[in-house]
Amino acid sequence: MPDRLFLKGGRVVDPASDTDAVSNVLVEVGRIAAIGEDAPAGVSVLDCDGLIVAPGFVDLHAHLRQPGREDKETVETGSRAAASGGYTAIAAMANTDPVADHVGVIEEVRALAAQAGLCDVFPVGAITKGLEGESLAEIGELAAAGVRLFSDDGRPVPTARQLRMALQYAQAFDVVIAEHCEDASLAEGAQMHEGYSSATFGLAGSPGEAEEIVVARDLALTQLTGGRLHLCHLSSAASVDLVRRAKAAGVRVTAEVTPHHLTFVDEDLSTYDTNLKVNPPLRSVDDREALRAGLADGTIDAIATDHAPHAVEEKEAEFDQSPPGTIGLETSLAAVLTQLVQPGRISMSRAIEALSSEPARILGLSEHGGPVAPGSAANLTVFDPTATWVVEAPFASRSRNSAFLGTTLTGRVVHTLLRGELTVADGKPTR
Amino acid sequence: MIKHLLSTQQLSREDVVRILDTAESFREVGTRVIKKVPALRGRTVVNLFYENSTRTRISFELAAKRLSADVINFSSSGSSVSKGESLKDTALTLQAMGADAIVMRHSSSGSPYALTKWVSASVLNAGDGTHEHPTQALLDLYTIRERLGSIEGRRVAITGDVLHSRVARSLSFALVTMGAEVTLVGPPTLIPPDAPLWGVNVSYDLDEVLPKLDVCYMLRVQRERQRQQYFPSVREYSRLFGLSRERVETLPAGAMIMHPGPMNRGVEIDSDVADLPQSVIEEQVTNGIAVRMSLLYLMLGGSSSSAFGEARADA
Repeated sequence: MPDRLFLKGGRVVDPASDTDAVSNVLVEVGRIAAIGEDAPAGVSVLDCDGLIVAPGFVDLHAHLRQPGREDKETVETGSRAAASGGYTAIAAMANTDPVADHVGVIEEVRALAAQAGLCDVFPVGAITKGLEGESLAEIGELAAAGVRLFSDDGRPVPTARQLRMALQYAQAFDVVIAEHCEDASLAEGAQMHEGYSSATFGLAGSPGEAEEIVVARDLALTQLTGGRLHLCHLSSAASVDLVRRAKAAGVRVTAEVTPHHLTFVDEDLSTYDTNLKVNPPLRSVDDREALRAGLADGTIDAIATDHAPHAVEEKEAEFDQSPPGTIGLETSLAAVLTQLVQPGRISMSRAIEALSSEPARILGLSEHGGPVAPGSAANLTVFDPTATWVVEAPFASRSRNSAFLGTTLTGRVVHTLLRGELTVADGKPTR
Repeated sequence: MIKHLLSTQQLSREDVVRILDTAESFREVGTRVIKKVPALRGRTVVNLFYENSTRTRISFELAAKRLSADVINFSSSGSSVSKGESLKDTALTLQAMGADAIVMRHSSSGSPYALTKWVSASVLNAGDGTHEHPTQALLDLYTIRERLGSIEGRRVAITGDVLHSRVARSLSFALVTMGAEVTLVGPPTLIPPDAPLWGVNVSYDLDEVLPKLDVCYMLRVQRERQRQQYFPSVREYSRLFGLSRERVETLPAGAMIMHPGPMNRGVEIDSDVADLPQSVIEEQVTNGIAVRMSLLYLMLGGSSSSAFGEARADA
């Protein structure tokens, strides 16, 4: 691997420095050495004509399944999927087996990620021990080990009192409590969003209110405690409104939305495609519109994949027996460009902000998310905003349960650089 | 004709008329001494039942046998399924054995859709979870048409646990397609809020609906719905939505009483009401065989000379 790389003639879109201009970028020993200068003699040149150069993407929400379900994904295959999708940093969810509620698992995941060397992996810590919703995990010790985000993802912290304690306690360490908002009693047995489609398809539904009730509770408790809350994978219009009002009132909250919730709706389940079975469920057209608007106006800060690999035999099963989740790391950029940027719903700069600089800010990462400026770590992605492709297996991920299978998307990652080294070159992982 | 029958929503009015007309021709076969025509000789029909069912499975078996098809019954208990075989592997096995049609009953909504991805055989949905039961709806339409002479404009109430009823969905869609006026009746907890978008009316008052009906269709209500708090007690349910002797008196003369079976006598229907002359519950069963013969015949593309030629010659 050369110590120096010259990215020639790409359009640099960097929300952190408010840049959108065609510029050369010189990378030297892992850092950006110069912007806008000519190529020094003897440097390796990557022709970026017609391509966009952006800060590497950052995912707040990926399930890497290791330790425990290495048949679905490993830290290595998940990192490769991430790099293929233009990511240089991802947050790995805590619902592994064993659960990431102690430093041992955190260190194991980090070591595996370092060994793979494809993407920086930031393990998420559990809020409660074993994700059981009973007693708090040792948040202080995990924070001391560098964990910044805490989540019982898959379910919310069950009682208001427990969440209040977590939000209060976490303030000592300046860490973020992330919530999967879902009222368990309303969502019991649910296979999809409740509405005309669930009634017609004969599938048990869960209304948007199952999410909104918990969002409202969590926002109230964040206001009460002055804590720091992040809301995962918002799916309903009313949740977006609640967050908008809370932000206006000064509540310290951020929120994410997934590419699949920005793309699909409940009606798309008419053929019982288990790859579209996700949690929270795909909701109505109105909900999708509200999510898109919330992302555009900044109410929703970030795009997160909720990359959830599942084994083929688990997804090729009866609808109500198949686990919820879709993989997403390799399609997120293209889904966002196709659904939001191309139709003019958001600008390219806002898309990159939501994929990179905002999630980096939420995770507290200084080396990711830009700025694309001299001195910064060379964590970059280079993509072709016009390349059109059909999503199909094989994936870099070990699983292939993609909601986007068979769809045509526009936008493809060409190169990904992690600290100046190519993890993806010409669309292919380098290792 | 359609390749698979998964939902009555896929059927046009013309499709339904053709299925019912063909069933009429087959109805007569069941009255002969030798109840058999050679229409599907050499074809293989598999009954793939993941959920217990007596009447539907026997009805399909008789229908296929009366058409001279080879019939294989495959039920989940005592088979490879009880050894943990997946639906897909079972489907591929049946495919490899050369099944021409697979009749499927499953407790999971949408399972027949999955099956169509893995087999080249025609798939007939014999009831999937809380989704649909299209052959039941078609035999009900047949029975209504036979009794009343027509379906269009007829006023039909479907009363009970609409939310969990595959019969209610299939029948509502098919009745609306045929121009009937459908009212769903039951407690608000058991009627989907968006049901009016199916083109039906909704009422929570059975007594108000009964005097205008041509057809009073009662659905089976499972006692476990009480435990799930859909209604406070079976007693209260029965008082509000059960078809009692007194309520039958308020039906117009000539109105039909229907039930897809199996009945919970004393819950949704009084025991002696089920046995009244207005009740066509047994006719529904008899007609079920003819309608299923019609569907197998039309979907497997049997030649008309081998079916109706002989059927009519014997008549």
